[in-house]
Amino acid sequence: MAMTLDTTAPDVAETREKPASNRRWQRFARPALGVVLPLTLALAWELAVWSGWSNGRLVPPPSRVFTTIMELARTGELSRHITTTLSRVTAGFGLGVVAGTLLGAISGYWGIARQLLDPTIQALRAIPSIAWVPLFILWLGIFETSKVALIAVGVFFPVYLGVMGAILSVDRKIVEVGRTFRLSGPAMIRRILLPAVLPAYVVALRVGLGLGWMFVVAAEFMGASEGLGYLLIDGQQLGKPAQILAAITIFALLGKTTDWLIELITTPLLRWQDAFRPGGEA
Amino acid sequence: MLALDKVGKTYPNGVHALERFSAAIPQGEIVAIIGGSGCGKSTLLRAVAGLDRASTGSIRIDNIDITAPHEKIGIIFQEPRLLPWLSVADNIGFGLSDLPAATRREKVAQALARVGLSDKAKAWPRELSGGQAQRVAIARALVPQPEVLLLDEPFSALDAFTRRDLQDHLLDLWADTRPTLILVTHDVDEAVVLADRVLVMRPRPGRLFAEIQVNLARPRDRASPLFEAVKRRVLTALDRSLDRNVPDSAPAETVGAWW
Ligand SMILES: Nc1ncnc2c1ncn2[C@@H]1O[C@H](COP(=O)(O)OP(=O)(O)O)[C@@H](O)[C@H]1O
Ligand SMILES: [Mg+2]
Repeated sequence: MAMTLDTTAPDVAETREKPASNRRWQRFARPALGVVLPLTLALAWELAVWSGWSNGRLVPPPSRVFTTIMELARTGELSRHITTTLSRVTAGFGLGVVAGTLLGAISGYWGIARQLLDPTIQALRAIPSIAWVPLFILWLGIFETSKVALIAVGVFFPVYLGVMGAILSVDRKIVEVGRTFRLSGPAMIRRILLPAVLPAYVVALRVGLGLGWMFVVAAEFMGASEGLGYLLIDGQQLGKPAQILAAITIFALLGKTTDWLIELITTPLLRWQDAFRPGGEA
Repeated sequence: MLALDKVGKTYPNGVHALERFSAAIPQGEIVAIIGGSGCGKSTLLRAVAGLDRASTGSIRIDNIDITAPHEKIGIIFQEPRLLPWLSVADNIGFGLSDLPAATRREKVAQALARVGLSDKAKAWPRELSGGQAQRVAIARALVPQPEVLLLDEPFSALDAFTRRDLQDHLLDLWADTRPTLILVTHDVDEAVVLADRVLVMRPRPGRLFAEIQVNLARPRDRASPLFEAVKRRVLTALDRSLDRNVPDSAPAETVGAWW
């Protein structure tokens, strides 16, 4: 029958191999596209100040921000502030992710736990997290613990919601495949549920990380003697806009880098996804 | 031997989907179940697969009561239901995780060759055509060598040519180990081409209406007059099953109790 063609058509090499030049373009030129806009703006501002069109006092040009960063780096202050902030975010993110994942998984997996836990957690979520600050300071003091707690709270909710929602939306049809092969509870979790929720989990982690960076600033505003948030406050109080912009730049770099790290680690695990990628594969 | 004895199902919402369905299906027989939409075909198959429990009656395979998925029973759904995060080869080997890796690889390679997809072993499910994906699903269900394979309208989402190809292919695969096949379909042609026996169901509540033996030698010629004659008998029974004025030709028990 003519239709057996379908079985034997030798189309192995159809999509995998692309011309080398094409791939190089994908590797380097596509990401490069992303820096065109910020570089142009920075250059334009640099020129505006350099040509005397603006004195650049309130909005210092990129070169001055860069000098400030180098100066901070030279005295060793910069690495101290970065280390402090990074360790706060790491601790808060870690705690928030662990708690959010555990409770999200429990709420997603067991209906009774969901009915018991979820209303309370949703009610707590409705409270703007910054509102906890006074209480945290009273309970935990003004030092590291209260800061880490605030960050953890910020990270917790998106991770919790992401994990629970992902589990609840796992396709019943795919779970049934696991059932027909008589998977035990743990095997069902490992071989069906975990891979199925992974894409949504990665998104939840990235949202959580973003909130972690947001809340570390809030935490460092509430009285800190070091950290990038302290640099911001210090720059404001001493009238050093270049220092503020320097701190903001570092925040941007750190935030982007940590987000990229999550992406880098998880991309190999998500290659199978059949997702809509507008504008071609990224 | 698969024995269905007065199987009935009422869903929690009160829908009476299946009533007193009885049939005895000897090992290796190919049975087609045909009937209008909503007459309980999927309900019956899911009960036999152990995915849902029947409300009344019993389902026994070699005198073992089926109340949960059983290793002797495999099922293929209308959609391939491949796991998108596993390669084609890993999907086929999904039910073999108890075997040593080497044995598993060997069985998967054999199955891949058997369904003509050796070159797709490392492909992701998303890279397959509908027909190829369903073939992988068939291979996945067959590698653990079930005694009974249930198929719930497995080819109805495919175009006519691919469907014919897969029907022939299924018969080929069936000849390897001769499992019992229970095939739900709404395609009379498909039923008569594949089955030794066609069971016609009627709806509200879903029940057995008629039973037609297909005594045609294989491979069957779809154009032969004998084939046409059997097809007409099935079509007539199907028409009568949907006509409310026709009484149940024979109570379900009697039809099922021929053995
Ligand atoms: N999970 C369910 N809950 C309630 N009613 C259902 C469910 N599944 C099927 N039904 C009902 O049972 C009847 C038989 O359905 P089904 O077995 O799917 O029919 P078929 O496969 O023959 O088209 C239909 O009336 C359908 O609406
Ligand atoms: Mg159905």
